[in-house]
Amino acid sequence: MSQTSDAREKPLSIVLEKCAKTFADGTRALEPVDLAINGGETIVFLGPSGCGKTTTLRIIAGLEQPDAGGRVLFDGEDVTNLAIEKRNVGMVFQSYALFPNMTVAGNIGYGLRIKGWSKADLAKRVTEMLALMRIERLADRAIDQLSGGQRQRVALARALAVRPRALLLDEPLTALDARLREDLRVEIDDLLRSLNITTIYVTHDQAEAMALGDRIVVMQQGRVAQIGTPRDIYQQPANAFVAEFVGTMNKLSGRVEGGIFVTAGGRMPWPEAPAGATRVMFRPEDVSIAVSDGHLNGTIASLFFLGDRVRLFVDVGDAQPIVIEASNRRKLSRGDRIGLSVDPRSFVAIDH
Amino acid sequence: MKTRGASFFLQLAFTLIVCAFLIVPVLLSMLAGLTENYLVGIGSGLTLKWVANVWDNYRDTMFLSLGLAVACLACTLVIGVPAAYVLAKRQNMFTRAVEELLVMPVAVPGLATALALIVTYGALRGFRTSWTFILVGHVLFTLPFMVRSVLAVMSAIDLKTLEEGAASLGAGFRQRFFHIVLPNCRSGIVAGSLMVLTLSVGEFNMTWLLHTPLNKTLPVGLADAYASLRLEIGSAYTLVFFIMIVPLLLAMQAIATPRKPRPVRREDETP
Repeated sequence: MSQTSDAREKPLSIVLEKCAKTFADGTRALEPVDLAINGGETIVFLGPSGCGKTTTLRIIAGLEQPDAGGRVLFDGEDVTNLAIEKRNVGMVFQSYALFPNMTVAGNIGYGLRIKGWSKADLAKRVTEMLALMRIERLADRAIDQLSGGQRQRVALARALAVRPRALLLDEPLTALDARLREDLRVEIDDLLRSLNITTIYVTHDQAEAMALGDRIVVMQQGRVAQIGTPRDIYQQPANAFVAEFVGTMNKLSGRVEGGIFVTAGGRMPWPEAPAGATRVMFRPEDVSIAVSDGHLNGTIASLFFLGDRVRLFVDVGDAQPIVIEASNRRKLSRGDRIGLSVDPRSFVAIDH
Repeated sequence: MKTRGASFFLQLAFTLIVCAFLIVPVLLSMLAGLTENYLVGIGSGLTLKWVANVWDNYRDTMFLSLGLAVACLACTLVIGVPAAYVLAKRQNMFTRAVEELLVMPVAVPGLATALALIVTYGALRGFRTSWTFILVGHVLFTLPFMVRSVLAVMSAIDLKTLEEGAASLGAGFRQRFFHIVLPNCRSGIVAGSLMVLTLSVGEFNMTWLLHTPLNKTLPVGLADAYASLRLEIGSAYTLVFFIMIVPLLLAMQAIATPRKPRPVRREDETP
C-alpha cells in the first residue's frame, strides 16, 4: 500500500449494540443504544448538553467502555475491549487538545512518529496535510501562537494524517465565532465529501447538523429520539422534542371538527387530520400572509427586521405567539391585525 | 514629568530600608570572611587565608552537601513526579489524604522527624552512619515541594484531554507520559527541582540530628565553625556557601525560562 495516497478500499462501518453508560457516581448518561453507521457516511449526533451525544462518541472512540452487555463493532469485528490507541480513529476535540510542547508540524506528525514512519515519509505526509488544510506557512509555529480557526485546522490535519478508519469530531466548531464557524463548516463538508471517510460529528447546533449530516441522530436524555436524513428530521419529526429542537416550530392547540382544525385564532382546513388531534405544528415558512381574512387572524406582537426578511411574532389567542417570516416589502408594524393561511400539507400532528 | 508626591519617597525609603536590613548583614558577613582581623576592622587588611582555611578543613562538607542535594533531587523526581501524576489523574478521598500527609514533614518540626528516624532506624548501624540516612530525611522534607509544584502545573493544563488526544493518535501509556505529560509539566518540574536543591543544601534542623562526625553537611559545618572557631572562618564559610549556591540558582533559573518548541525538519529542508 502506498503510504501517501488517501485511497482506502472500503470505508469503515460501525455498529453499536445495546451500548449504555452508567458513570461511577451512578449517573445514567446513556440508555441502551443500537445504531448502525454505514461506511463513508457522515452522521451527526445532535442534542442539548447532557443528552448523551458525547458519551456515545467516546464509546465509539474507545475513551469510554459501555456498560456490560454493550458491544461496539468495527466492520463486524468486536472492538469493545480495544483501547483507543489500537482503534485507529482520528479524533478532534472541542478544546482541540493540541500539544503545546510541539510545533504545528510536530503535532501533525505525532501520530506518524508513534507509528514509526521514516523521517522522509513523515515529512512528506506532514507537508501534504499542511497543504490540504492550507496552513503551510504555520508549520513551525508554536500552538499558543495560533488563532482558534488555525488550531481547528491543525487539529483536523493531525487527526487525518494517520489515515484513520473513522473521523470523530466532538463539537469542533463550538469554540469559534459565528462567521468563522460558517466558513469552516463549509470547508469541513467539502473535506469529508472528498475523503469518503466515515465521520461522526457531535454538535448541539442544529444548523451545523443539517448542513453536514447525511443522517442525523437526535438525542434526548440519553436516548435516541430520531434517526433520519436532515429532511426527514425537519419535515417529519418523530416527537415534540425533535420538532422543537430542530428549527423553529409553531404549535397551536384546538380540536378537529369535520376536516377543520378549530383554534382560538380561527379555523384551518385540515383534510387529513388524525382523529382526536388536539395540537398542530407547522414551520414558519409554511405560513403565508393572506390578503384579506385568513384561516388564522391575529395581531403582530413584535417584529424583527432581519435584512432580507422580517420575522413576526403574531398573537393568535394561543398561549404562545406564532412565528412567521415575511418579505420586507410589506409595511407592517406592531399592533397590526393580519390574516394568515397555512398549507395543511405541512401540518405535523404530535400529541404528548 | 509628573511630580512625585511625598508618599512615593516614603515608600521608596521604606523599600530601601527593608532591602538594606536584609542585604547588609549578608555583605558584612561576607566581608568579615575576607578581613584579616574582624575585631580590628577592615583596616587590618583583606586576605583570602580564611577562605583557604575553610577550603582545607571543610571541603568534604561542601561536596557532601552538593552530593546530597543532587541525590535528593533524583529521589524526589523519581518519586514526586509520578506521585503528582497519580494525584492529578485520580481525584478522590484517598488521593486527597495522601496529598495532605505528604506535607506533614514540613508542618512537623524537623527535629521531631529526625528523632523519629533515629528511633526507628538508629539500631541499623551501617545505615545510621551512612550519608543515605541524611538523604532519607532530606527526601521526606523536600518531597512535598516537588509534588506540589508539579501538581499545580498538571492541574492548570488539561492533562486528560491532551492524553486522550495522544491516545487517539496511537500513543500508548509510556509514550504519552514521556512525549506529552513530562514536557508539558516542565515548568513545574524545574520549579520543584529548584526548591528541592536549595532546601536540601540549606537544611540544618533535621541534618543536625541525623549527621555523624564523619558526615557533616555544609550548614552543620557552618554551625560548627561559628560555635568553635574564629568569626572570620565562619564568615569565610558563608562566602563559600554563596559562591556555591548562587550559580546553581542562576543556572536553574535559566533552564526555567520557557522554551519554544523545536521546529521539526520538513521535506523542503532535507539536504
